[in-house]
This record gives sequence, C-alpha cells and structure tokens, in this order.
Amino acid sequence: MDISFVIEKFILVAIIFGISLVIAMYSTYAERKVAAFLQDRLGPDRAGPFGILQPLADGLKMFMKEEIIPTHANKWLFMVGPGLAMLTACIGTAVIPWGSPITTAAGRVIPLQVTDINVGVLYIFGVVSLGVYGVMIGGWASNNKYSLLSAIRAASQNISYEVAMGLSIIALLLVTNTMSLKEIVDMQHGWHWNVLYQPLGFLLFIICAFAETNRAPFDLPECETELIGGYHTEYSSMKLGFYLFAEYINMFVSSAVMATLYFGGYNYPGMDWVLTQVGPVIAPLIGTAVLFAKIFAFIFFFMWVRWTIPRFRYDQLMHLGWKVLIPIAIANVIITGIVIAIVEKF
Amino acid sequence: MEPLTSKKKILIQKPLNFAERMYLPALGKGLAITISHFFKKEATIRYPEVQREMSINWRGMHSLKRDEDGKERCTACGLCALSCPAEAITMIAAERKPEEKDLYREEKYAAVYEINMLRCIFCGLCEEACPKEAIYLDGPIVPSDYLRKDFIYGKDKLVEEPLVKK
Repeated sequence: MDISFVIEKFILVAIIFGISLVIAMYSTYAERKVAAFLQDRLGPDRAGPFGILQPLADGLKMFMKEEIIPTHANKWLFMVGPGLAMLTACIGTAVIPWGSPITTAAGRVIPLQVTDINVGVLYIFGVVSLGVYGVMIGGWASNNKYSLLSAIRAASQNISYEVAMGLSIIALLLVTNTMSLKEIVDMQHGWHWNVLYQPLGFLLFIICAFAETNRAPFDLPECETELIGGYHTEYSSMKLGFYLFAEYINMFVSSAVMATLYFGGYNYPGMDWVLTQVGPVIAPLIGTAVLFAKIFAFIFFFMWVRWTIPRFRYDQLMHLGWKVLIPIAIANVIITGIVIAIVEKF
Repeated sequence: MEPLTSKKKILIQKPLNFAERMYLPALGKGLAITISHFFKKEATIRYPEVQREMSINWRGMHSLKRDEDGKERCTACGLCALSCPAEAITMIAAERKPEEKDLYREEKYAAVYEINMLRCIFCGLCEEACPKEAIYLDGPIVPSDYLRKDFIYGKDKLVEEPLVKK
C-alpha cells in the first residue's frame, strides 16, 4: 500500500464527509423553502440573499444555546446517543460509488468510491439498522416517558420496515447477482436502470426508506402532537442539533442508495457519446453531477411527501408494514425468481 | 328511544374500495395538489420593505396637524381625551406667550400631549370629536418596541413636520 493511495482515500473521505454535511445543512434550508412554496409562503429570506445563510444562523443559534442535561438522565448514554446517531448517519456514504473511476493523464486510475466491499448492500443495511440505536439510547437515557415511548416506536418501526426493505432488496439481488454497489451500478450502464426491471421492488424500497429515515408520513417517533418532541424532547443545544442533522444526513444517504440501486447511480442515457466527446477525466465528473441531480430529486421528493400527506396512525403503520408490504415483497421475490428462471431456460 | 326531531339522518360509512385501500391513487392526487401550489404566487408581503395597500378610511397612527401658516392647530380643549373610550390621551394646557405667536394658532395650546399607543384602539373618536381639525389618524402602522414606556407617544412623535418656508 503506497502513500499516494492513503492520501487519495483520505482526500476522498474528507470531500464526501464535507459534502454530506453541507448537503444536510442545506437540506434544512431546502425543507423550509419547499414547505413554504408548497404552502404559498416565502420561507426564510432574511439571512443573506434568499436566506441562504439561514443554516449558518441556525447552527450558530444551536451552539449558543444553554446545554441542559436532566438530573435523572443517564449522563453517559445521554451524551452517546446523538454522537451515535451522527456517526451511523455518516458512515453509510463509504460504499456508495460516486462516479466511474477517473483516469488521469499519467495513467493513474482514481476510483470515486471510498471502498468497494463485495457486500456493500449488506453494509448499508447494517449501518441503517445501527441508526436506530442513536434514537433508542437517546430516548431511554433521557428518563422521560415521552422520549421512551418515542424510542420504542422508532425501534419497532425500524424492525418492521427493515424486513420488507430486505425482501425488496432480495428481488433486486436476484436480478443483479451481486452485492457490490459498484457492480450493481455498472450493470445499469446507460438507461438499463434497475427501476425498469424492479418497479414494484422500488416502490416497496422507497416506502421503507421513508420509514427508516423517520420521515413523514412515518415520523411517529417525533410526532409533536403526541410525544412533545419525541426522543429528543430532553435534548438542547448542539446535541439536539446533532439529532436533527443526523436525520437529514440519513435522508441524503438513503436518497443516494436509492439512486444507486434503482436509478442507475452515475449512469445516464448517452454517457458513451459524452465520454468520447470530453475525455476520461471530465466524463466521470459529469456522471457524478448526474448522480447528485438524482439525489437532489429524491430529497425533494422526501420533502414534497412530508408536506403533502398526514402522519399514519401507529396501528396503520404496523398494518402497512406487516400485512401489506411484507406479503407484496415476498410475492415480488417469487415472481422475480420465476421470471428469471424462465428467461434463463429459454 | 323515540327520536326528538325529524332531522335524524343515518350516516352510512361505505367500506373503502381496493383503489382507496391502496393509498397510492390518493397519494398521487395529494402530491399533484401540493406541487401545483409550488408554482403559485406567494401570499406573503415582505413587511418592512413592502407595505400593504390600505383603504382610504384606514386609521393608523395619530398626527397633530398644523394650519396653513405652520402653527399647531391644537388648542388643548380636551375633547379628544374626553371622547377617548380607551382613555389613552392625556394633555396639559398652557397659555401662549406673545413671542410664540408663530407656533400656536390659538391663545391656549397643549404643552404636553401624550397618547398611549398600547391603550389606543384606533377607533377614531378623537378625530371626530376635535373641533379644530387638529388630530387625524392618517399615519402608518404604529411600530413595535421593547418597553411599555416607549409606547407613550409625546408631541415629538405626534406633531406634523413644520411647513417648509418658501
């Protein structure tokens, strides 16, 4: 392992980390703007032109606020909770291929992916299911019944929807025959996007992604009307900021995963023609821009849905998860298997 | 039990059909409605910079008027204070000195004239009561402030700007 490899990876990690933080920051701004536009309002427009400095102002406010740790809280776990939420939100980006490898003039190939592990899909799953620990630990350590209820809801919701999500992924893996995200993306070259082969699987996956990221209409862990603030009721200052921030990073990561698994990642129709026109250094960057356009489209969709439909009731949530999504996901796996068997036979 | 009125109506709740139970058609409809609002014009008025058009008879902050020679019209008769249902107006009258002839129209004038803007209900009765056409509620919205004492407006804020001598 030479030193340039380490430097290259370090720079890539730093860039991805920075980008995901900035995107999460501006997601808060975008959320408020989108909400405002959908409701015929203006949204924040005082801090800087069009209010683009609003996230900085919010961050400053969070830093300046008084830090309160409740007397009866478990202090250590109370502090671990937000950190864990933030950590698990950030490490998910490690296996996502951000672009096809750049070939420099010196002949060096720089992959735009931190690591291409051959169980990338499983890794994403592991990280996503760890994400609920931040919520659970925070909710339990607060020693507040609302926080605890919220933590229980978050845990049961995540477990329920992980099953359906996993099953929808199995159908996808039957199509792709690999778990490496890099290979999955490369198979979708041009316009052979997986969503065309797995439309039902994608529908299931996006519904479960909404539930996994605790976004509306599945934001039961933080429904204000029932649980005050949910698991972060007792949190203040930057710890609260971490929780809110982690939620937006989760949204970014799950958008990236959806774009990668189902919408062709950095592939777009006509990419071969572009490659011959602009050369092997610029073309991957255009692919990366396309990937980010897809991610932003998903983030917008997340917000659009949040400001459209009301929250599910808890029993409706469980009914949808166990009695609707899981049977459909199983049927999807079976049908996909049969179709693949038939196609391979003839 | 016997119904007390003939207006009884039995509500029938139909079970949801398949499309309704799927959520998705309704979800699509909802998304279409919200996205149509995305492109509509905002109802918001950016307040301090842009102000809403007020109707002609809109009553805002009071102003104490001057006559055509730039003399204060108010003669401190106290009718405005008497008519005020919110008891927001107080005044102290004083006698005009010979050298102040250019400042005040009548021989008696208001040395102190205060309106408590927190008490004022902007009914306009002071305007109607004034025999000298000295007070009108033709100003802008009363601005916000931090302290109660800052809402008691004296003559410095109420009296019209003096006329510019040609």
